[in-house]
Amino acid sequence: MRRAPVDAERQQLHSTTSLGLASARNRERVLEETCIPIQSDGDIVGARQNGRGLAAQLGFSPSDLTLIATAISELARNILLYARRGEIILKLVEQGETRGIIVTAHDKGPGIPDISRALEAGFSTSRSLGLGLPGVRRLMDEFEIVSDVGLGTTVTVKKWAK
Amino acid sequence: MEVPILKQGPYLIASIQSALSDNDLVRLRDGLVEQVGRLRSRGVIVDVTALDVMDSFATRTLRDLGRMIRLRGADTVIVGIQPEVAYTMVQLGLTLEDIATALDLEEGLALLQRKATAPGNETSSRGR
Repeated sequence: MRRAPVDAERQQLHSTTSLGLASARNRERVLEETCIPIQSDGDIVGARQNGRGLAAQLGFSPSDLTLIATAISELARNILLYARRGEIILKLVEQGETRGIIVTAHDKGPGIPDISRALEAGFSTSRSLGLGLPGVRRLMDEFEIVSDVGLGTTVTVKKWAK
Repeated sequence: MEVPILKQGPYLIASIQSALSDNDLVRLRDGLVEQVGRLRSRGVIVDVTALDVMDSFATRTLRDLGRMIRLRGADTVIVGIQPEVAYTMVQLGLTLEDIATALDLEEGLALLQRKATAPGNETSSRGR
């Protein structure tokens, strides 16, 4: 984790649904990992198709695959809109008996000054609908965002195969 | 990825063949809005069966497309939203609002034809 400058505002927000934080503390074994640079709108399509393909290996339902692909699409677009470039890291993981996909959207953009506001439905500072982050949070099982103003933003979401 | 636009009588049919980037969607919107005037079309069908994802951008662009075409005096029907895409849109709270939808191309054409023959159509679609 980067050290934030003293004057940089630093915020974190965790949210977990269905699977408790206790289980999230357990070590996840990475089965497969791929990193997709995001710098044009074609990369958004590439990232979500890649994610769908990877997640399909874990036996997710067609609905879950579409949820995952849509979440990746929103996260990748946020990178383009707010930071212009960044990356999406896709990981297939195993945690005990459970397998899942972890999507990390990372950028070195301006950061989010007020995370709780960015997570409110309807709030957007850009030309999007403002459904981006709250929407993604609703689609996935676990959601975590770390943003350092002036340094960048990392959003990590997980979906477990049921 | 270019979306083929087919003219069938007074209607235009745009069949999306694969995943589209944001720019592709914007090009489709602008292309249809332009062609509706050039070809004097009364209705537009956008078939999204092959679209992998309807995220916030795609939904907004299709909604804008329908509203722009209405301002040009024609109707739009979005057809072919797949069950899992519909499920995701509901989870995200995304809606096409006032834009008509139909199950498939056949139902979409039937809907446009009903609109064309409905009494009071001149004021309801052209008058807006």
